[in-house]
Amino acid sequence: MNSLLAQLLSKGRFRVSVAVLLLVVAFAVLGPMLDTRNPLFAVGGRYDPPSANAILGTDVIGNDVFLQLMHGLGTSLKIGLIAGLVATAIGVFIGTLAGFLGGVVDELLMGFTNVVITIPTIVILILLSVALESRTLVSLALIIGVTSWPWTARAVRAQTASLRVREHVDIARLSGASVFSIILWEILPYMFSYIFMAFVLQLASAILSEAALSLLGLGPDNTISLGKMLQLAIQGEAIRTGAYWAFLPPTLLLTAISFSLLLLQSSLDEVFNPRLRRA
Amino acid sequence: MRYALSKAAWYFMAFLAAVVLNYFLPRLIPGNPVDTIVARMAQGGGSEGEARQQMYQTFLREFGLDRPPLEQFLNYLGNLLQGDLGTSFGNYPAKVADLIAASLPWTVALQLPAILLGWILGNWLGVLAAYRGGWVDRWAFLGFLTLSNIPYYCLAILLLYAFSVALPLFPSFGGYAPGTTPHLSLDFILNVLHHYTLPFLSLVLVLIGGQAVGMRSMAIYELSADYVHYLRSLGVSDRRIVWSIFRNAMLPQVTGLALAIGSLVGGALLTEVVFSYPGIGSLLFTAIRQNDYPLIQGITLLVTVAVLAANFIIDLTYGLIDPRIRSAQVGER
Repeated sequence: MNSLLAQLLSKGRFRVSVAVLLLVVAFAVLGPMLDTRNPLFAVGGRYDPPSANAILGTDVIGNDVFLQLMHGLGTSLKIGLIAGLVATAIGVFIGTLAGFLGGVVDELLMGFTNVVITIPTIVILILLSVALESRTLVSLALIIGVTSWPWTARAVRAQTASLRVREHVDIARLSGASVFSIILWEILPYMFSYIFMAFVLQLASAILSEAALSLLGLGPDNTISLGKMLQLAIQGEAIRTGAYWAFLPPTLLLTAISFSLLLLQSSLDEVFNPRLRRA
Repeated sequence: MRYALSKAAWYFMAFLAAVVLNYFLPRLIPGNPVDTIVARMAQGGGSEGEARQQMYQTFLREFGLDRPPLEQFLNYLGNLLQGDLGTSFGNYPAKVADLIAASLPWTVALQLPAILLGWILGNWLGVLAAYRGGWVDRWAFLGFLTLSNIPYYCLAILLLYAFSVALPLFPSFGGYAPGTTPHLSLDFILNVLHHYTLPFLSLVLVLIGGQAVGMRSMAIYELSADYVHYLRSLGVSDRRIVWSIFRNAMLPQVTGLALAIGSLVGGALLTEVVFSYPGIGSLLFTAIRQNDYPLIQGITLLVTVAVLAANFIIDLTYGLIDPRIRSAQVGER
C-alpha cells in the first residue's frame, strides 16, 4: 500500500489535482467561517466592479460575488458529495448483487440497468426536477444520485463476476457465510480502489449536473451554488455587459474542479491499472 | 434474428419507461394539474375571462382528466402515436410539435457538422500524437485532456466573452442579425455563418479533446502490435502506418460517433442557452421558465427517442459486424 502511495505521489498529475482539490475544499470550508455575512444580502449596486468593499465586485442584484463564490462552492460540493455517495452506493449494491448471484437476478438487475442507461440522464433529471414542488440542496442531490448510478453498477458487476470465482470466496461460501457478508468481506475489499475511482467520477459528474440543471433554470431554490451563479450571470447579461467578475470566477472554479477530479481519476487509474502505462 | 428481436424488446421497454415518466410528470404536481397550470399562466398576466376559459377547456380535454386513469394514459399514448404532442402553455395556441419542428433544424445544423468535424480531427490528432510520442505527445495529450475536461458550457462562456465582448469579432447572441428575416441571399448566409462560428467552435473543441484522448490510448495500445513493427521494418512511410493504426483502432470510435449523433439533440442544450442561439436548447430553457409542461415533455421525449434509436442501430450493426457479440448475448451464460 505504501509503495502505491509513493507511486501516486511521484506523479505530477496526482500531486497537482490533489493540491487543487485541497485548496478548493479549504476555500469552501474555511471561507464561510472567517466571513460570516449572508451571501444572499445585497452589499452594493448592479455589477459594481471589484473594489475594497467587495473583492470580486457585485452581481446583477448587488450581492458580493466573492461571498457567493464561497457559499456557492460549498453548495456545489455538498450536492456532489451526496449525489456521488448515493450513486456509488446504489451502483455498488446492484452491481455486486447481480455479479455475485448471477442467473435470473443478474439478468433482471442488468436488464433494468440497461434500460436506465439508455434513457438520457439529462432527460430524467429535467423531468424529476420539474416535478419537484420545491428544489432543495438535498432533494436535488438525491435526484442526481438516483439517476447516475447505472454506469457504476455495470462496471462493478463485471468486477464482481470475476472476483466471485476466487478461492477465498469459495471458502467463505462453504463455511456458510451469508450472501451479504461474503459481498461485504470477501468481494468489496478487493475492489475498493475501483469503487473509489468510480466515486471520484460520480462526484465530478454530479457537480457538473447541478451546474447544467441550474443553467436550465432548475437549480436549488433559496440558496446559491456555482451553477446558479452562472445562471444569474447569463440571465443578467453579465457576459455581454463585460462584467467579467460575475461569471469568470464560477466558470473557472467549475472547470478547475472538474479538471482536477478527472485528472485525479486518471492518475489513480494509471497506478491501479498498469495496462494503461506506456511501455 | 433472435438477437435483433431481443434487442428490440429491451429498447421498447426503455422507450415505454421514458413515456411513462413523461406521462406522470405533470400529474405529480399536487392537485388538478390543469388548474395549477392555468393559474400559474394567469399570474403572468395576459389571458383573461373568455380566453382563459378556452385555454382551460383545451387542456382539460388534452389531459383527459374527466376520464379514468387508464383511459387517460391510453389517450396520451394514442395522441403520441399520431405525432400529437399537445398544445404549448407558453405559446398558446401553438402546437408543441410545430414549435419543436421550427427549432430542430437550428440544433441539427449546429451540432451535426460540429460532431463530424470534431470526430475526424480528434481521432486524427489522437493517432498522430500517439505515433509521434515524446514531447509532442506529452503536450498534445495535456491539450486534449484540458479540452475534454472543460465542461462544454464553461468553454462556451469563455469563448463568448473572449471573442465577442473582450475582442468583439463575433456577434454575441442569436442565429442571425436581429431585425432581418431569413431569406436566401449571400449577405444573409454570411451573417448566419458569422453567428454560427463561436457556438460551433465551442462544440468542436470539446469534441476534439474527448475523441483524441480516447483515440490516443487506443493507438498506444496498437503501437505495440506486431503489424506496426512489421510495417516499420519494411520502411513504410509514417503516413501509411498512422493510417493503418487509425483503421484498426476505429471500431470503438465509430460507436462513439454514433452515440454522439444520437445524443445530438440533447447533448449540447446549454451551448444554445449561453449563446442565445435558436434551437431546442433555447426552446427548452424558455419552456422551463414558463412552466410549459407539454413543451418540456415534447423535448425530453424527442431527446430520448433520438438516443434510443442511435443505441438500437449501434447494437444491431455491431451484431452484424461481430458475430461474437450476437452469440454472447443470446447464448447460454
